[in-house]
Amino acid sequence: MSRYFTDEHEWIDVEGEIATVGITDYAQEQLGDIVFVELPAEGTTFDKGDDAAVVESVKAASDVYAPISGEVVESNSALEDEPALVNSDAEEDGWFFKLRITDASELEGLMTEAAYKKFVAAL
Amino acid sequence: MSGTDDVTHIEEALPLEALPLDAWHRARGARMVGFAGYHMPIQYEGIMAEHGWTREHAGLFDVSHMGQISFSGEGVDDALEYLLPSDIKGLKPFRQRYSMLLDQDGGILDDLMVSRLGDDAFDGAAIYMVVNGATKYDDMGWMIEHLPDEVVMNHMADQALLALQGPEAGEALAALIPGTADLIFMQSGLFTWRGVSLWISRSGYTGEDGFEISIPADDVTLLADALCDLPQVKPIGLGARDSLRLEAGLPLYGHDLSPAVSTIGADLGFAIQKRRREEGGFIGHARVMKELADGPGAKRVGLTIEGRLPAREGATIHVGATQVGEVTSGGFAPTVGAPIAMGWVSLPHSAQGTALEIEVRGKRIAAMVAPMPFVPHRYRRKA
Repeated sequence: MSRYFTDEHEWIDVEGEIATVGITDYAQEQLGDIVFVELPAEGTTFDKGDDAAVVESVKAASDVYAPISGEVVESNSALEDEPALVNSDAEEDGWFFKLRITDASELEGLMTEAAYKKFVAAL
Repeated sequence: MSGTDDVTHIEEALPLEALPLDAWHRARGARMVGFAGYHMPIQYEGIMAEHGWTREHAGLFDVSHMGQISFSGEGVDDALEYLLPSDIKGLKPFRQRYSMLLDQDGGILDDLMVSRLGDDAFDGAAIYMVVNGATKYDDMGWMIEHLPDEVVMNHMADQALLALQGPEAGEALAALIPGTADLIFMQSGLFTWRGVSLWISRSGYTGEDGFEISIPADDVTLLADALCDLPQVKPIGLGARDSLRLEAGLPLYGHDLSPAVSTIGADLGFAIQKRRREEGGFIGHARVMKELADGPGAKRVGLTIEGRLPAREGATIHVGATQVGEVTSGGFAPTVGAPIAMGWVSLPHSAQGTALEIEVRGKRIAAMVAPMPFVPHRYRRKA
């Protein structure tokens, strides 16, 4: 399994043709207390960069973009009852949705963990 | 990710000024944002935790961005009764009132607190006023224009302002300044702490018991440290200040109030005492009287929301196919444990219990006009 990152503070775990997408620990820290996550329905298809989800903190609503193109095969229903999972475990149990990857070449433009750490350190 | 409607209105384009406690906030781990032209702490440990702490213990808020203004000179009461719709002549020493500045059409230019001074506080000035930070320079321009030459208006830019709020605020402040225990809601006094003069009122913006403390900027760090050394007190950011005031049903200028709306529609008629309604003689009186007689076109109301999706400022309010209003403040209410909102709704749809729908990202969510406050006020009204 490989993990990729975007400059929009999302992480993507790729296993075969399935990509699991979430927001990074840095992102949840910036957003603060998360009170609601609006997730895409199974079967929704996204082009890279489409609005895919909305995360609502106490103060603000923020869009989460599809980091790559694909079809939603599952959303994390645990977030419906416990949106704060995104705060407590952003990069594991707080995942948002899983995509069936349309074009694996899109992964090439994404950051590695080391590159993302460097990116965040410079912010 | 990107913020789509950050209600703190971060003004990154403007050069921001530093408040007297700037370094103090940063040292305590605050996340700073631009607000009302200043770098201000939006949060320390997190909005939910800070909100809960204030409801259970005591929170310290730096509100030094607000405008502190004194008035003195011959005819000051008459002059202020022309500017404000509230009873100033009947305001006794050490008493405070909520009031507002109205324009000629009765639109709200700002909301504010006005007090009659005593004990020679602030160099013996007669009246003390606290106005919103984002509007203070416009307010002062408006007031200069409408005050006679004999009245002297002094912007006390060297005064900091702290708010200590919460059910343990009384015991906390009394530990430093015992005399403050005798103050009741909307009463003020001049106190001395370590040789420093403090003007303290028992009031605030959270719905809880608490105080607002005016102190020279040079001494504010010492007081902020002394307060936060007490076990009851933690520093609280702007984020929780907003969620606390929303639960308390208190309007926020620039969001729930603006020049486009009126006092009566805003449900703030309590700020205009009977004598002032009858006698008039203040800017905006005609609009107030017309709306008292005919009713306002729209009203500021509280809204409870079904489900967990917050409705925020700018979301439109509907009955069937018709838009009947707009949300002016909204978000998740930590003490309520659900989203709540404040908004303006046309009069026929503004009665408590009216079922409405709010549109959020193309979806309709069920809402209901609800009484405010959402969380009961716990002011200390009796000694």
